[in-house]
Amino acid sequence: MKGDANTTYDDAAPAPITVDLQLSVNDQLYPVTVDTRETLLDTLRGRLDLTGAKKGCDHGQCGACTVLVDGRRVVSCLTLTVSVDDRTITTVEGLGSGGALHPLQKAFIDHDALQCGFCTPGQLCSAAGVLAEAAAGWPSLVTPRSPPGAGPEAAGCSHDPAAPPHDPAARALPDGPPEPVRLGEEEIRERMSGNLCRCGAYPGIVAAIAEVAR
Amino acid sequence: MRPFAYHRPSTVAEALEATGTSTDVMYLGGGTNLIDLMRLGVVSPGTLVDVTRAAPATVEETPGGGLRVGAGVRNGDLAAHPLVRRGYPMLAEAVLAGASGQLRNMATVGGNLLQRTRCAYFQDVSKPCNKRSPGTGCPARAGDHRNLAILGHSDSCVATHPSDMAVALAALGAQVHVEGPGGAHVVPMPGLHRLPGDEPDRDTVLAPGELITAVELPPPRPGGRSRFRKARDRASFSFAVVSVAAVLEVDGGVVRDCRIALGAVAHVPWRAEAAETALRGAPATEEEFGRAADAELAAARPLPLNRFKVALARNLLVRVLADLAEAR
Amino acid sequence: MTVTGSRHVGSALDRVDAVEKVTGRARYAYDNAPAGLVHAVPVQATIARGEILEVDVDAILKRPGVVAAIWHGNAPRLPSADEELAVLQSRRVAYRGQYVAVVVAETLEDARNAARLLRVEYAAEEHDVELRADHPRMYRPERVNAGYATDTEDGDPDAALASAPVVVDAVYSTPAEHNNPMEPHATIAEWDGDGLTVHEPTQGASSLRASLGSLFGMPPAHVRVVSPYVGGGFGAKLKILPHVVIAALAAKQVGRPVKLAVTRRQMFAVTGYRTPTIQRVRLGAEAGGRLVAITHDVYEQTSIVAEFAEQAAVPSRMMYAAPHRRTTHRLVRLDVPTPSYMRGPGETPGMFALESAMDELAIACGVDPVELRVRNEPETDPESGLPFSSRNLVACLREGARRFGWAGRDPEPGVRRGGRLLVGTGVAASTYPAYRAPSSASARAEPDGRFTVRLAAADIGTGARTILAQIAADTLRTSPGLVVVELGDSALPSAVVAGGSMGSASWGTAVVRACEALRDRLEAAGGAVPPGGLEATADTTQEVRAQEPFARHAFGAQFAEVGVDADTGETRVLRLLGVFAAGRILNPTTARSQFIGGMTMGLSMALLEESIMDREFGDYLNHDLAQYHIAGCADVRDVQAFWVEEDDSHLNPMGSKGIGEIGIVGTAAAIANAVHHATGVRIRDLPIRMDKLVR
Repeated sequence: MKGDANTTYDDAAPAPITVDLQLSVNDQLYPVTVDTRETLLDTLRGRLDLTGAKKGCDHGQCGACTVLVDGRRVVSCLTLTVSVDDRTITTVEGLGSGGALHPLQKAFIDHDALQCGFCTPGQLCSAAGVLAEAAAGWPSLVTPRSPPGAGPEAAGCSHDPAAPPHDPAARALPDGPPEPVRLGEEEIRERMSGNLCRCGAYPGIVAAIAEVAR
Repeated sequence: MRPFAYHRPSTVAEALEATGTSTDVMYLGGGTNLIDLMRLGVVSPGTLVDVTRAAPATVEETPGGGLRVGAGVRNGDLAAHPLVRRGYPMLAEAVLAGASGQLRNMATVGGNLLQRTRCAYFQDVSKPCNKRSPGTGCPARAGDHRNLAILGHSDSCVATHPSDMAVALAALGAQVHVEGPGGAHVVPMPGLHRLPGDEPDRDTVLAPGELITAVELPPPRPGGRSRFRKARDRASFSFAVVSVAAVLEVDGGVVRDCRIALGAVAHVPWRAEAAETALRGAPATEEEFGRAADAELAAARPLPLNRFKVALARNLLVRVLADLAEAR
Repeated sequence: MTVTGSRHVGSALDRVDAVEKVTGRARYAYDNAPAGLVHAVPVQATIARGEILEVDVDAILKRPGVVAAIWHGNAPRLPSADEELAVLQSRRVAYRGQYVAVVVAETLEDARNAARLLRVEYAAEEHDVELRADHPRMYRPERVNAGYATDTEDGDPDAALASAPVVVDAVYSTPAEHNNPMEPHATIAEWDGDGLTVHEPTQGASSLRASLGSLFGMPPAHVRVVSPYVGGGFGAKLKILPHVVIAALAAKQVGRPVKLAVTRRQMFAVTGYRTPTIQRVRLGAEAGGRLVAITHDVYEQTSIVAEFAEQAAVPSRMMYAAPHRRTTHRLVRLDVPTPSYMRGPGETPGMFALESAMDELAIACGVDPVELRVRNEPETDPESGLPFSSRNLVACLREGARRFGWAGRDPEPGVRRGGRLLVGTGVAASTYPAYRAPSSASARAEPDGRFTVRLAAADIGTGARTILAQIAADTLRTSPGLVVVELGDSALPSAVVAGGSMGSASWGTAVVRACEALRDRLEAAGGAVPPGGLEATADTTQEVRAQEPFARHAFGAQFAEVGVDADTGETRVLRLLGVFAAGRILNPTTARSQFIGGMTMGLSMALLEESIMDREFGDYLNHDLAQYHIAGCADVRDVQAFWVEEDDSHLNPMGSKGIGEIGIVGTAAAIANAVHHATGVRIRDLPIRMDKLVR
């Protein structure tokens, strides 16, 4: 085998390209100079010393780096820092307020929804995003479809072979803003599936979120 | 990752201008696939043009009763949109079946369509791959191809297209609006994606510098019932092993019309035209659904490790159609 | 010998480090950033066997920000190392993914880019990466893991099988599986004169310090390992791994602190995994199910550079009362990454085979599977003849059957449907040895009424910090809130690793003895704590060595209900219920999480996990978390753990058995048995995925 580098390109050594910008994180403004290649995860951890968000895979496959951008949960490992200079970022360090724990943080402790704790910051930010999405009426794959009359279709269907049959009295889809989705255990499990936990704390995580959602 | 320049235009015109026809420039949507591929070394653009502030990000009704979905609409917003849920629940389901909540909040409609295969060899730059490095060979044929194509593959590539959303769009017959250096045009689904042939490096029919600006959905068919279903190894947050998107219109026990697409079986979202032809005018029974599935899958050329996908696709298609017929 | 007046041990105290963890304040190894640090990114071999001819260091040094590029040709020499740890010490490549070089740069981005661009020239040789039971190079290792005998034989199993009225003879296989703790391995290495400090997530700070000392030829006192928080281990962080050596070498070379993070993809080659196994189990029984013979022959792989022999047949030596028994282990050295410990090494794959075979035997004999196990309960350890310190497998089976609703189960397979779902139930037994190892600890009383307990234990998510505070509080007759437990640092009194489910038993003994000694000193001082505090230490080496001979094991019973989609073969676990007999449960909250966590990993093993060896290239192909599936939230619906209380005075001052591993043992068999009950299809090769069930 010839000498191979592990890449598909080769060029003269180009210098890194850096950009000066301001990041709004947890209600604070941080002026930073970042390499365009830098992800939000690496900037938070490496430049702002906000090490709560964790790097579990660096490919968007585990959710340990989940943070909120403009209130929505995203994976910070696939978010370029230069792309969020006009956004508002919240990390696990900013979830609570005035030194008090966020209700989700409290519930995670009460339900022992963590073991090693490494995925926990991502789980918490994701859970905060789930609460907001459900409140806004966002469906998940296990949310029942609208019943007859609400649209041209009536077919409710379960995508999950082992899911219980849908409630025949499923919620109608109103013309106004969608009703909030009630977060039962099945809803929480589906919505939280982007956050892996190898310790297997899922039952506690689901119980904790269900408690806060009530 | 190779150092790159970053631009963030605020209009489509500016985005096109910044890109020209250079193959060293790539559009950046949600980044959920592109940033990953850059980190893996699979692609190494010298410039990124972030189109998330440029591409339309609204869902609007068209005069003809359909919907125009901006390419910048995030997957999460698309699936939650009342007009989508009401008129195209199958599309909402397909989107919700894909990825995770976080990734759906990031990924755009345009980016979802243009995501690359998750074939393990494609993603590993230390191995040959005709799609990534034309002419180097396809190790998947003799290696692991459990999740790869059973239909329409070529000697040079057995990759599958990973999108769930695209399967629903293919069944719906959506129109993809494209703008580029050569002007604007419309590509009907499933025509956006192409079979690998001997050019597997080309996933789509788009020319360099072209940008997807919107996806237009035809008006919902009165009496049409639709469903998207996905078989997968993990209960959530995993790619399809086989998926089915189907719209079925039954009148008096007879199939009046149907539109069917299969996912994760080919290099493209696979429109099942043979099955559709077999079904139009046929009784809406499991036997006929099975016959239609067989008609479609007669063309299947499975490899040793993905033979099961033929039976899986057949069973899943029959079940989806039977459920749709029963739901009357 | 028991903890006096135990008010806190056994109570459901919240995890004492929970606030640190939910606020993101807990600092894991990679969260540290010493001043002046540089980033190291290792380069992995792209051949599975051969030699490195040349590495183009000069070209890469011209790249922006690059500080150093180190390979065999320019690496500092290590005084001594086994082959796996002799990183950058030779031109040989023993497996694809082995480290061949490391690039050090000012920023992570520059280091990553340069590592990707580094040109390495190889002379590749033909490789062999395929495990087969009939591989011509199969050999008999001298011992298997944990010091067990490689082979055992009692009576005449062949004759007993030949004359047995009922025989089950089947081959089971488990794939390679990767531990995949959520926290990837990462090292920050810093030299200060002759001293080395590493921040490293480890299951054993003391043993890592000893390994680093001997590797770099210096006294252990010159090495410090700091590891207060560990993001899961499951065996993958038990022993020193090559990346720690590279980080230390690189830091030495560049004279600055070095940060090295192993990526998730790299982990599949360089941080250990469970060997694939091929296991032939033969059971001979009387018509009523009473076993007369068990044979269990195991075939596994190891690497060219290191031997790891997983003790998969060991549980078949003590589980059931068969008079005629034979167990064997055979290994083949392949051009593959080095396998290592993964949760329940031995018991986990071994009990999948044995407990699947027991289910097949139950069906062959027409005996209920719970009853079959009860009928084969031994009086004493069949292997050693020793009495069990306690053995409550039958109680677990009975209690589990009651809670699960097992009674009246129709054994007929493939006949229960719920809509398009085929539904079935299954049971399996589990077991894990109750080990204990020497450790030391110190206990200190402060004048303000607080206490500090120190030892180099590890809390990898088990709850060790919490239960050690409870143990100390009871011994000191104080409240856990007044006890600070410091662990995860090799500068603390030496302690055994968090492995083999022996942490609590071993560390707890040391903490009890140190606290007892402190109590004595306090009493001698008339109860007053002098201004400088009062301290006492303990070392349990003598006590542990002197323990009476008993067969010490935890037991459990796992019950599973599965739904298999009749169309797709998609299998989901609807219910999983485990009952365990593991001595005294020290903290019901953290214990339940441990049991459920183990069961969840067992579910994941049953349905999802498989590392696919690519024959052409010789690496694990599906090396990320999108391709190597571990169970996600939606896979884990209804998992419950219970326990039967045991009062066993032959264990340790707490009366506890380890609980970190038994939860995974038996789970996969219970699920496979349930899948058979649901579908009539017996799956003997994991994982149970739709390709094996769709028709």
